[in-house]
Amino acid sequence: MHGILENLIPNVMSKPDELWQALLDTFVMVALSGIIAFFLGLFFGVILTITKREGILSNAVIYQVIDKSINVFRSIPFIILLTLMLPLTRAIVGTGIGVQGAIVPLIFGTVPFFSRQIESALAEVDNGVIEAAQAIGLSSGAIIFKVYLREGIGSIARATTLTVINLIGLTAMAGAVGAGGLGDFAIRYGHNRFQEDVTWVTVIMIVAIVTLLQVTGNWIVRKNTH
Amino acid sequence: MILLENISKTFHAKDNTVEAVRDVSLRIDKGEIYGIIGYSGAGKSTLVRCINLLERPTAGKVYVDGTELTALSAGALRKERKKIGMIFQQFNLMASRTVEQNIALPLEGCGKTREEIASRVKELLAYVDLSDKAKAYPSQLSGGQKQRVAIARALANEPKVLLCDEATSALDPQTTKSILSLLNKLNKELGITVVIITHEMAVIKRICHRVAVMENGEVVEEGNVYDIFASPQKQITKDFISTTSMLSSVFELMEDDSPVVALQRGDVLLRIKYLQADVSEPLISEVSKRFDVTFNILFSNLEIVDHAPIGGTVGILRGSEEGVNNAIRYFEEKNVKTEVLKRCTAYLKI
Ligand SMILES: Nc1ncnc2c1ncn2[C@@H]1O[C@H](COP(=O)(O)OP(=O)(O)O)[C@@H](O)[C@H]1O
Ligand SMILES: [Mg+2]
Repeated sequence: MHGILENLIPNVMSKPDELWQALLDTFVMVALSGIIAFFLGLFFGVILTITKREGILSNAVIYQVIDKSINVFRSIPFIILLTLMLPLTRAIVGTGIGVQGAIVPLIFGTVPFFSRQIESALAEVDNGVIEAAQAIGLSSGAIIFKVYLREGIGSIARATTLTVINLIGLTAMAGAVGAGGLGDFAIRYGHNRFQEDVTWVTVIMIVAIVTLLQVTGNWIVRKNTH
Repeated sequence: MILLENISKTFHAKDNTVEAVRDVSLRIDKGEIYGIIGYSGAGKSTLVRCINLLERPTAGKVYVDGTELTALSAGALRKERKKIGMIFQQFNLMASRTVEQNIALPLEGCGKTREEIASRVKELLAYVDLSDKAKAYPSQLSGGQKQRVAIARALANEPKVLLCDEATSALDPQTTKSILSLLNKLNKELGITVVIITHEMAVIKRICHRVAVMENGEVVEEGNVYDIFASPQKQITKDFISTTSMLSSVFELMEDDSPVVALQRGDVLLRIKYLQADVSEPLISEVSKRFDVTFNILFSNLEIVDHAPIGGTVGILRGSEEGVNNAIRYFEEKNVKTEVLKRCTAYLKI
């Protein structure tokens, strides 16, 4: 078995530790920025939902500020965002490179997208149900947590899956500025040194991870659809 | 119980304003079932949503059980809303919660223990006759069952008022009947004041004590259901009544130029409205003898509205011109209302 692999993917088999490290780096970047972006996106998505014109705590100023900021950040290509964020990243985490340096731009690249996804996920919650909740005398907090977020679980899971998959793509790009991870690994060896087997193995690994995420996401969506 | 004082509600859209409710004042007494009828867009939903302030009126005051809701803070209003149940045409249940979890929603976060909530939910499920569906999800229920769950949820906090916005409009006639009986039951047994919004006069007739007719945001007619049915004043009210009655089919026949209502020269298609059941037969035979006319009955119906009979007859009155006119005059003298639906004017006097 080992022999076959050495023949098939010699350049990968010659540096298993580096591959392992790259996988770990990707995992850390996705997990850390993903978790932070999840809560920030959820927060902004909820704020957008409740402050919009027909929202339960309608507030035009807050809505417009968040709405416009999201539009601005979403229109900046990620590769530019990476360099644009550099001073801020250095100020926050002390370094602009490596896994740590990637997390700040990854969050900035993900939160606006995810906030929009959450906004449209919550827009799917039937307005009549929100009205019924208001008629019952529920507080705004209770309506957010017991109605919006609960009724929206399926759509939120779908949005999260999409965003995490998107995020994996962004980490590969962050790899280009020295953040490490699978993307960086593939570019350094597969592209720059023509070690094609490295490219193929990383692609297969990423496809496997994405598939796993997609399956899990679909399963959560299905479990929450009645 | 509910007092609406000069309620107006104007919606401002981008380029137009809609006066959905115009200066409506209503008084709904404790323990009554009050109907509000009107065509789509008349402002019924807006008006009823002004009662629990889901819609804040542009002008006017709302009192429920002696408290002026329009003067309350958001927190105090939430507390008052717990005393006002509401059900909707589309049921508005939470799809992600089971039946029992839906009913428990209003009870959560009110300082009740889990056991107290569970036993109250059980009680409510039994009351709406759905004990076997406790663990089902709304998507597994029929329309009627969903509305029962919605009623149970609305009753959870022991409200004094139940607002029903087209609660039976999405249901078939049989299910409508059973939901109306349930509303009637909770009105009688629990003393809950019920406000029913509908566009169907049949619903009003079946369970309401009083009714308001809305048109273009205004209440154009209001009174006891019996009085309204017996002597409607406004054309719109008459229209609503005629749609519930078999007599309306006469109009359809007339529009279709059916041979059933084809008149000969001098004939009058007459509608006689009578208020007492035993009046009509002897009166018609008396008229026939006295004025030498015949009255050929096409339709006749008698209905019980609010425990009193009400009804009418449509037929072709045939005879000499003088006989026919005298017959009609005689009906009026006897306080029987008549309505000439169609007259075959053969004797043109130029
Ligand atoms: N939120 C709203 N914004 C703008 N116009 C509205 C709104 N709600 C209702 N309207 C308008 O007010 C009028 C009355 O509506 P509604 O109260 O729903 O009537 P009904 O329940 O009798 O069918 C309609 O013309 C409707 O288009
Ligand atoms: Mg309506």
